[in-house]
Amino acid sequence: MAYVAVKGGEKAIDAAHAWLAEERRGDAALLAVSVAQIEAQLGRAVDRVMAEGSLYDRELAALAIKQAQGDLIEAAFLLRAYRTTLPRFAHSQPVETSHMRIERRISAVFKDLPGGQVLGPTYDYTHRLLDFGLLEDGAVAPGPASAEGLEEMPRVPDILGHEGLLEADGDSGGDPGDLTREPLTFPAARDVRLQALARGDEGFLLGLGYSTQRGYGGSHPFAGEIRMGEVSVEIEPAELGFAIDIADIVLTECQMVNQFKGSKTVPPQFTRGYGLVFGFGERKAMAMALVDRAMRAGELGEDVTAPAQNVEFVLYHSDNIEATGFVEHLKLPHYVDFQSELQNVRRMREAAE
Amino acid sequence: MKGYNFAYLDEQTKRMIRRGLLKAVAIPGHQVPFGSREMPLPYGWGTGGIQVTASILGASDVLKVIDQGADDTTNAVSIRRFFARTAGVATTTATAEATVIQTRHRIPEKQLREDQIIVYQVPQPEPLFRLEPSRIETKRMHGLADYGLMHVKLYEDIARFGQISISYDYPVMVNERYLMSPSPIPAFDNPKMDMMPALQLFGAGREKRIYAIPPWTRVRSLDFDDHPFRPINAAHPCGLCGATDAYLDEIVTDNHGGRLFVCSDTDHCAERRAAGHAGLQEAAE
Repeated sequence: MAYVAVKGGEKAIDAAHAWLAEERRGDAALLAVSVAQIEAQLGRAVDRVMAEGSLYDRELAALAIKQAQGDLIEAAFLLRAYRTTLPRFAHSQPVETSHMRIERRISAVFKDLPGGQVLGPTYDYTHRLLDFGLLEDGAVAPGPASAEGLEEMPRVPDILGHEGLLEADGDSGGDPGDLTREPLTFPAARDVRLQALARGDEGFLLGLGYSTQRGYGGSHPFAGEIRMGEVSVEIEPAELGFAIDIADIVLTECQMVNQFKGSKTVPPQFTRGYGLVFGFGERKAMAMALVDRAMRAGELGEDVTAPAQNVEFVLYHSDNIEATGFVEHLKLPHYVDFQSELQNVRRMREAAE
Repeated sequence: MKGYNFAYLDEQTKRMIRRGLLKAVAIPGHQVPFGSREMPLPYGWGTGGIQVTASILGASDVLKVIDQGADDTTNAVSIRRFFARTAGVATTTATAEATVIQTRHRIPEKQLREDQIIVYQVPQPEPLFRLEPSRIETKRMHGLADYGLMHVKLYEDIARFGQISISYDYPVMVNERYLMSPSPIPAFDNPKMDMMPALQLFGAGREKRIYAIPPWTRVRSLDFDDHPFRPINAAHPCGLCGATDAYLDEIVTDNHGGRLFVCSDTDHCAERRAAGHAGLQEAAE
C-alpha cells in the first residue's frame, strides 16, 4: 500500500545521518582535514562564521565548519545553537578600537595621515589569477616583519571631529540592548540595529549596501577609515572594582563618512555610518556601515523610500539563521495544507462551471 | 542529558517563557513578545513550540508530537526524540494518553480534555501579515481592534470567487477581541478550537511571539451572516478505517490518477481499525 511509504521516519532519519557522516569524511584514502588546519588556513571562513554565529572562538568556528562540510551558514547555526546555552559571567567594557594593534588601516579620504596607510594582508591588489602553484604544497616565503611596533593610530573620524565637520558619535546612554535576550521592538535604537547588522548575513548586507550606491537610498559615502587588528577585551568584576584584560580579539571596523546638507537646526556636516565585525571581515564591515547610515534616514530627516532605509525590513530579514530556517522549512511536509488547498480549488472550479 | 538542563532550556529561560505564557493566557489571542532562544533545531521547524513545550514539561508528563496529524512524520520524530533525549519524559502516540501534545498543522480528531495541553508550532503569528507586512502597523491595528482590512479581504474573496478562498490558517476571533492565526491548521480543524476543554498554547520562535487560548474560550472563525464559515474536507470516507468525520490526506497510488483518501490523524485511524472499523482500501478516482 502506498500509505506505508510515509511510515518509517525514524529509520530513515538514522540512515540519513549515517550517510551524511560518511559523506562528510569523504574519500577515506585521503587524510582527514583537521580543525587546526581549518583554523589556520581557512581564516576568512572562520571569521565569517564567528561573526554570523555571534561567538568569538576560532577553534569552535573551525569545528563547526568541519562539521558542516564548509557550509558557512550551517556552521554559523551550529555556533549560535551552542552559544545560546552558555552562561553569562560578565559584560565587557566597550572595546577601544582607537587602541587597536593595527594590522591594516586605510583611509580613502586623506592621502596621508598620522600613522599612515597600512595595507596589511589584503587581496585588494592581487590579480585574480588562479595560482596553480597552490595545487602543490609549496613553501611560502616569509612575509615582511609584522605590524608590531606601529604607533597607535588615531581614528580618522576623530581627526574630522576636531573641526566639528563630523557629527558627534552618538551615545544612546544606558545599557545597550541585546537581541539575543529581548525580542526586537520598534522603534529600534541604533545599538540594537548595529547588533542585528553585526550578526546579519554578509550577502544580504552586501546587496542592501550596494543598492544604496545605485540610487535606492543613496547617502554619498566615503570610506573614512577601515581598520583591522587586535583589541583587548576587558571586564570589571564588581568584587575587584577595576578592569582586567580577559582576551584579545581581532575586529574589523569601518567608519563611513557621509554627506549631509544640514537642516534648520543642524549646520552642514558629515554624518556617520558604522560597521564592526569579528575577525577580518572588511566586505561585511563596509556593507554594514552603508546600511547603518541608510537606516538613519528617518532620524536625519531624509525621505525613507528605499529598502535599505526601512529599519523594520532590514532588521527582520538580515539574520541568515532565521532566514535559512524559514526558507528551508518549506521542505517539511505540508500535505495537510496542500490537501485543503486542493479541495478548495476543486470546489471553486466546480462553482465556476 | 549530560551537560544540559532538563528539557534543554535553562531554568531562567523557562521562567521567562512561563511569564510570557501567563500573560498570554490572561489576554486570550494577544501576541506576547518573548526572548526566543536559538534552539538546536532550525527556525521554522518548530522552535517556538519546542520552547513552549520545554518550559511547561515536567518529569511525569507524557508527550505526543505530531506533524500533519501523524506521529511518524520525520520532523515529529525528530522533536519527540529531542525531548526523549533532553528531558527523558515518556512519549506516546495515543492522543488520550498524552498530557502535552505538540502539533504542527493539525488538531487531533479525538476531543481533548481539561488535563491536557496542546502546543501549536506557529510559523507566522501575525494574522494580518499578508495584508499588512509592517508589524508596527499591525500592532496598532490589534490595539484598536481595527480588523476592517481582514473583513474587506474576505468580502473581496466572495465578490471574486463566490466564496472565501482561505483553506488553512483561517483567521479566528478569540474571545471577541483579538484576531488570531490558528497556525496553518486546515480550516476543518478551526471549530475544534472553540470552547476546547484543553489549554491551547502557541509558540512562534523565529517571530518571537507567544499566544494562548485558555480552556473554554470562544473561538470564532470569521465569516458573514450570508456566507457562513464552511470547513473543507475531501468528500470521501477514510480508505483504511472508513471514518467520514475525520480530516483526510490524499495519497497518490499510481500513475493513472488513482487516489486513496486516508485519515491524516494516524492515531485516530489506527484506533478505529483496532476497534474493527474498516475502509474500502480502494483507490478512488
